[in-house]
Amino acid sequence: MTWVIRHADDIALAAWEHVVLVLVSVAIAFAISLTVGVWISRRPRAYAVVMAGTALLYTIPSLALFALLIPVVGLGRPPAIIGLVAYSLLILIRNIATGLREVPADVLEAARGMGLGRWQLLTRVELPLAMPVIVAGLRIATVTVIGIATIAAYINAGGLGALIFSGIQQQFATKIVVGGVGTAAMAIGVDVALTRVERRLRASRA
Amino acid sequence: MTLLGAAVDYIAQNPRLFREALVTHLLLSGSALLVAAAVGIPLGAAVTRRPRAAFVALNGVNVARTIPSLAVLAFMLPFLGIGFLPSFLALAILGLPPIVTNTWVGIRQVDPDAVESARGMGMTGSQVLRRVELPIAVPVILAGVRTSAVQIVAGATLAAFIGGGGLGDFITTGIGMMQVELLLVGAIPVTALAIATELGFSLLERALTPRGMRES
Repeated sequence: MTWVIRHADDIALAAWEHVVLVLVSVAIAFAISLTVGVWISRRPRAYAVVMAGTALLYTIPSLALFALLIPVVGLGRPPAIIGLVAYSLLILIRNIATGLREVPADVLEAARGMGLGRWQLLTRVELPLAMPVIVAGLRIATVTVIGIATIAAYINAGGLGALIFSGIQQQFATKIVVGGVGTAAMAIGVDVALTRVERRLRASRA
Repeated sequence: MTLLGAAVDYIAQNPRLFREALVTHLLLSGSALLVAAAVGIPLGAAVTRRPRAAFVALNGVNVARTIPSLAVLAFMLPFLGIGFLPSFLALAILGLPPIVTNTWVGIRQVDPDAVESARGMGMTGSQVLRRVELPIAVPVILAGVRTSAVQIVAGATLAAFIGGGGLGDFITTGIGMMQVELLLVGAIPVTALAIATELGFSLLERALTPRGMRES
């Protein structure tokens, strides 16, 4: 416990690095997924291909994926972010496409009848209606990435995983517990917060 | 391509080392999955009749899910030290959540009419569970087992960090010594193994789905 108090700033720094790693990765993944998700939502064949591809990426063990990226982009944050983006794609694209597909046909019809163009239809009708499902995807992806990001510490990306690894090396349980509990707390916090957002969105659309 | 060649060369020159790591990886994953299923399916089935226990079990499992795999493995260190046993135990724990959740969901999804008519035929509670509910829930339970198996195979890579062996050893040594071909010796087979696990269990799922429930 004294270790925790004495190293509070180290722990805070590790947590901050973790947050940045997760936010940057999920933000990049979300931008990619939004583009791809919108594009494939009305193209069943492209949807199947993209889903199979991203599911394949998702299956690759994280340590292996980070390792495979080392010969290409070296060590540090770049391979970590690429890997974390890769893991988010399946969940985000699937939820964005599913959310868009679930918009009722008669709603689309009515919006078109009101003279909305494709872009207006997307931004004013389809995306707002799909929002609860998209937020659910964002929640699951972020929680997943928070956990996997611990392993990125092994390729020098920093974060709470670094505490766990040095705890293993020094056989020092406190570090392991702080790293593990800190990561879990972050994941639970995101889960609770985004579940609330999701519920509010659903309620306002009901 | 030359890197890949170097990796293949390494395996050809150290066949025993590679085989040992592969066997350890498979043993670790297989035994952990067996235990996770042996504990998770009865647990998931037991709580379907007890709403309060189900609430506790499912929430507990959901919180456990947020603890990163690496931390679960590392937590074993102070209690069990390093090696096969702590790795096996950590992986079994990691594999539990999807199995418990899916068993519960699978049984809950069973049409109440089917349960009702089984009762009407004079079946006892445990007969209904074994002959009606579990068989109908098999596809959902197996989907949970598949998720769990892929997680365990991937998680077993991390056993290298607590001396559990397996294919992860090549990756950590490769990163430690900055020998790219060595990390490929671990990373490529473990990826293939994870994908094979996913596909294998998908096929099993299809084969074990009761005939009347198959989609096509």
